[in-house]
Amino acid sequence: MSHQPVKFYQTGTFTVGNRLLAPEERSVQASAKRFNSINSGHRACQGCGEALGARYAIDAAMEASHGQLVCANATGCLEVFSTPYPETSWQLPWIHSLFGNAAAVATGIAAAMKVKSIKAGKGPVPATRVVAQGGDGGTTDIGFGCLSGMFERNDDVLYICYDNGGYMNTGVQRSSATPPAARTATTMAVGPEPGNVFGQGKFVPAIAVAHEIPYVATATVADLRDLEAKVKKAMTIRGARYIHILVPCPLGWGAASHETIKLARLAKETGVFPVFEAEHGEITGSLKIRRKLPVEEYLRPQKRYAHLFGKQPRVEVIARLQALADRNVKKYGLLDGGTL
Amino acid sequence: MLKQCEGSHAVAEAVALCRPEVICAYPISPQTHIVEGLGEMVKGGELKDCEFINVESEFAAMSVAIGSSAAGARTYTATASQGLLFMAEAVYNASGLGLPIVMTVANRAIGAPINIWNDHTDALSQRDAGWLQIFAENNQEAVDLHIQAFRLAEELSLPVMVCMDGFILTHAYERVDIPSQEQVDAYLPPYEPRQVLDPQAPVSIGAMVGPEAFMEVRYLAHAKQMQALERIPEYAAEFKAVFGRDSGGLCHTYQAEGADTLIVAMGSVLGTIKDVVDEMREAGHKIGVLGITLFRPFPIKQVRDALHRAKRVVVLEKSLAVGLGGIVSTNVRMALSALPIDVYTVVAGLGGRAITKRSLHALFRKAEKDDIDAVSFLDLNHALVDKHLAREKAHRRSGPVAEALLREVGTVAAKIA
Amino acid sequence: MDKPFAITLDPGSSLANRTGSWRTYKPVYLDRLPPCNAACPAGENIQGWLYHAESGDYEAAWRALTENNPLPAIMGRVCYHPCEGACNRQHIDAAVGINSVERFLGDEAIKRGWAFPKPEKKSGKRVLVVGAGPSGLSAAYHLARLGHEVEIHEAGPYAGGMMRFGIPQYRLPRDVLNAEVKRILDLGVVLRLDTKVANIRESMQVGKFDAAFLAVGAHIGKRAFIPAGDATKIVDAVSVLRSMEGEEKPMLGRRVVVYGGGNTAIDVARTAKRLGATEAIIVYRRTREKMPAHDFEVEEALQEGVMVKWLSTIKQAGEGEITIEKMALDDKGFPQPTGEFETLAADSVVLALGQDVDLSLLDGVPGLEIKDGTVQVGPNMMTGHAGIFAGGDMVPSERTVTVAVGHGKKAARHIDAWLAGGAYAPAPKHELAGFEKLNPWYYSEAPHTLRPTLDIIRRQSTFEEVQGGLDEGNALFEARRCLSCGNCFECDNCYGVCPDNAVIKLGPGKRFEFNYDYCKGCGVCAAECPCGAIKMVAEDI
Repeated sequence: MSHQPVKFYQTGTFTVGNRLLAPEERSVQASAKRFNSINSGHRACQGCGEALGARYAIDAAMEASHGQLVCANATGCLEVFSTPYPETSWQLPWIHSLFGNAAAVATGIAAAMKVKSIKAGKGPVPATRVVAQGGDGGTTDIGFGCLSGMFERNDDVLYICYDNGGYMNTGVQRSSATPPAARTATTMAVGPEPGNVFGQGKFVPAIAVAHEIPYVATATVADLRDLEAKVKKAMTIRGARYIHILVPCPLGWGAASHETIKLARLAKETGVFPVFEAEHGEITGSLKIRRKLPVEEYLRPQKRYAHLFGKQPRVEVIARLQALADRNVKKYGLLDGGTL
Repeated sequence: MLKQCEGSHAVAEAVALCRPEVICAYPISPQTHIVEGLGEMVKGGELKDCEFINVESEFAAMSVAIGSSAAGARTYTATASQGLLFMAEAVYNASGLGLPIVMTVANRAIGAPINIWNDHTDALSQRDAGWLQIFAENNQEAVDLHIQAFRLAEELSLPVMVCMDGFILTHAYERVDIPSQEQVDAYLPPYEPRQVLDPQAPVSIGAMVGPEAFMEVRYLAHAKQMQALERIPEYAAEFKAVFGRDSGGLCHTYQAEGADTLIVAMGSVLGTIKDVVDEMREAGHKIGVLGITLFRPFPIKQVRDALHRAKRVVVLEKSLAVGLGGIVSTNVRMALSALPIDVYTVVAGLGGRAITKRSLHALFRKAEKDDIDAVSFLDLNHALVDKHLAREKAHRRSGPVAEALLREVGTVAAKIA
Repeated sequence: MDKPFAITLDPGSSLANRTGSWRTYKPVYLDRLPPCNAACPAGENIQGWLYHAESGDYEAAWRALTENNPLPAIMGRVCYHPCEGACNRQHIDAAVGINSVERFLGDEAIKRGWAFPKPEKKSGKRVLVVGAGPSGLSAAYHLARLGHEVEIHEAGPYAGGMMRFGIPQYRLPRDVLNAEVKRILDLGVVLRLDTKVANIRESMQVGKFDAAFLAVGAHIGKRAFIPAGDATKIVDAVSVLRSMEGEEKPMLGRRVVVYGGGNTAIDVARTAKRLGATEAIIVYRRTREKMPAHDFEVEEALQEGVMVKWLSTIKQAGEGEITIEKMALDDKGFPQPTGEFETLAADSVVLALGQDVDLSLLDGVPGLEIKDGTVQVGPNMMTGHAGIFAGGDMVPSERTVTVAVGHGKKAARHIDAWLAGGAYAPAPKHELAGFEKLNPWYYSEAPHTLRPTLDIIRRQSTFEEVQGGLDEGNALFEARRCLSCGNCFECDNCYGVCPDNAVIKLGPGKRFEFNYDYCKGCGVCAAECPCGAIKMVAEDI
C-alpha cells in the first residue's frame, strides 16, 4: 500500500532517503530542512522508539499542514521527557493537560480553530490542524473515553497513539495494549502462567475502525515511508483520524537500545503487529510481510519474554503467540496474495 | 430588557451575550436547561461564531474547554454535582494552566445516596482547585455574574465558577433584566489571551515542573487569585456604570447596622434569611445578614470588617465538612481570628431539604441566646438518626442507610417540603 | 507573549540539555573495504565506480574505474571477476554483475570517445616497458599518468600480448582491444612493435631509460612426451591461438583432440569447433570439479558441442587416432592409471598444458633470482636488480589478464616512488565489510540481470562475440544492485533513525556528521546502516 513500487533504486524506499530518488519522492525525514518537531536534548532513554515515532509522525504532519499544526499531548513518557521545566523539545504549539484527555483537549483546540477561521472570514475549514498524541496507556485505557467521544463526533483531529505495550513512564506496568505473556511489573513472570494473561487486552485500531471514522491506520517505526504516507494521507482528510504506531521501548521490553527498529520490523514481519489501513469502517489494505518469520525471532531478543526461553522453553505459550500472529496474517491479509 | 423567565434560560441568554466561541457540556441536572438553551441558540444561528460540542462526559467537557481556551477561544461550560467531581482532575488542570474558562455550577448535592437537589457540596468540594467561585443570590445576579465572570477570568487568566443554586434558581421563573448586546459589548472586550497555541508563535503549555519551581508556581496561582479581591469591586463598579445596577462584589451586608447577631450565608437562601431578618428587625431584634458572593478567593478582610462588631455570627451553610462541621464557617472563623466573637455553624438544606422561615425564626432566636451548639443541623430528624444508630449498634448487618431511613420516613420518592 | 511562569515554555529550549553526556559508546562513520574491492586483482575501487554508475553518471564511473585499470572494455569481457565471487549480494539473491557493468562502461567510453587526462607535469624520467600485454600496458598507462616518459618494446607485430594471441575473438573482439590500447598510446606512450629486447641492460642503456618494467608474458607452450607416429599432427595451443591472428588459419582437421584442462584448452577446443571441426574433444586427466578452467566457460563449450573425456590421459598418437588411458582418482584425489585403454579418432592433437616464459632477455643481469622458470620479485615488484621491475605471467602468480593489469599498476607506483628516490607506501587497508556488517533488510529485491547470449548456431560457426553487453537500462539496474558495502551511499538512514536528531546531514556528496552534543549512543544508526559504514566505539570514561 504505502510503499511505492519504485523503479529499482538500490534500496528502493526502504531506507529513509536515498540520493537516487527524485526530491519529491524522498521522505520528510530525509530532508535537511525537516522540522525536528521534537528537538534534540529531550530526555528519552537511549534508543527510544516513542521519541523517534513522534518525530516521524509530527514532522510529517507539520509538512502536510505547512507548519500550521497544534499538538495536544497526553501525560506519559513522551510528555515527561520532552517538557521538563525549564526546557521543552517541542517546536510547534503544544499543550499537555492530563493523562486521559488528550483527544478532548484536541477537540477543543479544533473547535477554537474553526471559530477563529470563520471569524477571520476564512470559512469553517481552518488552516491550522490539530493532532493529539499519547502512549498506549493514555489512549487505550485512561484516555479511551475521550478518544471514543472524539471519534464518534468525528472531530477534526488526528490522534496518534504510540504503542509500546505498557505504562513505561511509571515503571513498566501492564496496559490493555500489553501483549499476552509479556512480563511487566504488574504481570510478573512468576506462577504457573507467567507474564500477561491470554484473552485480555484490546486492539484499539480495530475499535477505531468500528467507529467508522474516515481514516484509521497502524504503522511501526521500522517503516518510515509507510508511516509518513499514512500521516500525510490522514492530513488530507477532515474529521476524526487515528494512527496507531508501534514504538518499541528498550527499557520496558528489555531490549538493547540499538534494537528498537529491528524489533518493530520483526513485530511486523512475524505478523505479531498487523500494519493496515481502513477508511470509514472498511479495511482497505495492509502492508505485506516481506520475509515471514516465526514469532520466536521477535520474542527472543526481549527480556520481557525471557521466561519463554528458559531451560525448559515454553513451547506451548510460544505456539499460542504464533497462533495469534497467524490469525493477524489471515485477518489482515498480511502475506502476498492475501485478500487485502 | 425585562423578562419573566426561567433562571437557566436567563443565564443562557447572558452567556450568549458574552459571545462565547466554544461551549461544551454534558447533561447533568440541574444545569441542563442552560446548555440546552445555548445549544439551541447556536444551532438556530442566533449565537454566531460559536461551536457547541456535545461531549461524552464532564471530564471531556472540561478537557475540551481546556483545549479551546488554550487555543484562544472564549470558552464556557456548565455542570453540577457528580459531574463536577467527574471533571475534578481537569478542573484543577484548567486553573493550573491559567485558562480563563467560565463554568456555571448549578449547585447540587453529591451522592451517595444519589440526590439531585440543591446544596453547595459540589462547588465547595472544589474550593481549593484554583478557580474563582462566585455565588449568585438570585437569577438577576446569576445573569450579571456570568457577564462579570468572563471579564474577570480573562483579565486574570484564571477560570471562574459561577455557582447558582440548582432548581431553586435554575428552574425558578423570575423577572430578570436581560442586558442588551451593546451593553455587554461595552463591558466585555474581546478575549486577548495571555498565552495561546499559535503556530506563528509556538510555545509549550503544561510543562512538567519539579521541586525547583513548583512552590513558586503554586504561590503565583495564589497571588493571582488574591488579585481578584481588588479587581472584583472595580468590575462591579464598572458594571454598575454600564448596566445601572449593583451586582457582584465580594460580600454584602443587610440590616447589619448595630446587629449583635449576624447571619452569614451564600446563594439563594439569603432571600429567605433576609425575610426572616426583616421580620425580626421589626420585632426589635438586633440581627443582620452578611451574604458572601465571592467564596474564592475568600474576602477575609471584608468579611472581618463586616462582622467584627457583632457579638455572634451564625454561618448557615448548605455544606458539610464531614468530621468537622462547616466549610464556609471554617473560612469565616479564619476571618475572625483573635476576635471574641462566637461563630456557630448551622448546616442546613442538604440535598434540597427546605429551609423554611419558621425554622430560621426558631434558629435565630435560639442563637441570640447562644442556645445552639457550635455545630448544628437545621431541622434534623433526630429521632430518625437515633433509631438508626441504635439499629446499627444492635445488628452487624444493619443494611443500607438511605433505604432504611426512607422506610422509616414512609416515603419512596424524595420530597422537597 | 507574557507567559505563565514555568508551565509555559519557549519552543525547542531543550537544546540547553546536552544529552551527549549520557553516552558510553559513540557511533563513528568509517569506510570499510568492500569484498569486491578486496578481491580485485587489479585493485579496482569497484564500489567506488558503481556509486557513480548508480546515479547514471557513467563517465564519472568510467573515470573512477580507470584510476586503477585502463582496460574496462577488455576486463568486462575476459576478467574472471573474482569480485563477483566475493560480492555480499550473493547472500541476498545473486552477486552484482560487476563485470557486465564494467564492460558497459568500457564500451560506453569507446563509443563516446572518452580519453584519459594528460599528466599535468613531466618527471623527466624514462621508463622502458618490455611487452605490450596487459601488464605492460597497465604499467605504461600508470607511469604515463604519473608524468614519466614511457616506451613499450613489443617483440610481436601487435600490442595486446596474450589478450590478442591467447584469447579468441569470440571472447574479445579485436576492435575493443585496439581501442583500449590506442587510448593508452594517446597519453604519449611510445609503442615499438617487432622490437624484441634481447638484453635488457643493453636496451636500457641505449634508450637512456631510468627504469624498466618487464612483462614479456609466458608464450612458450609446454610439451608433453607423447609417442607418436608421423601421421598425427601434434601442435601446442599457444601456437594455434596465435596463428588465429595471422593470415593463415591453423589446419587442425575435422577431428581435433585437445589435451589439458585449463582455460586455454577450452579456448582452443571452441576455436577448433569454429574452424569447422566436427569433433572437438578435450582429454583431461581429472574430473570436471577438478578442472582449472572456469566452469562457465566449460558450460559454454559444452553447449557449443565440445566434448570432454574426463579421467583420461593420452598414451600414444597414431595414424588418425590416439590411445587414451582411463584414470581413477585415488584417496587424495590424484588421478592414477587404471590400465584400461581406448582409442579416439584424431586428425590433430593440441597440447594445452601450460606455458613457459622466455627469460633470455635477462641473461647476464646480476642479482636476479629465477625459480621454476619465473623471475622472483619483491613486494614492490622489483627484481633483484635495482631499477628492473617485472610483472604479469613472468613472475610467480596466477596467470590472468586481471592479475597482470594489477601487477602493472602496482609496479608503476613503485617505479614512480623509486625514481623519486623513495618508496611507495600503499594506504592501509580498511577492515573488510563482511556480510555480517550489513543490514540487508533495506535492499530491494532485485535479481541479477543476465547478459544476452549469442544463439548456439552462430556460436558454433562464427567468431562473433558470445557474450553480449548490457544496455543502459539494465546496466543502471545492475549497478544499483550494489550494496555499497562498507561505504556510505547517502541513504539518509542514520539521519532519519536517530531518536535524538543527533545526525547532521551535510548535503549531497558530503555524507553526514554526528552531533555528539546530543548523541546518546543508542546505536540505532549503526544497527540500521544498510552498508555497515558506522561502528560503535567505547567512550573513554
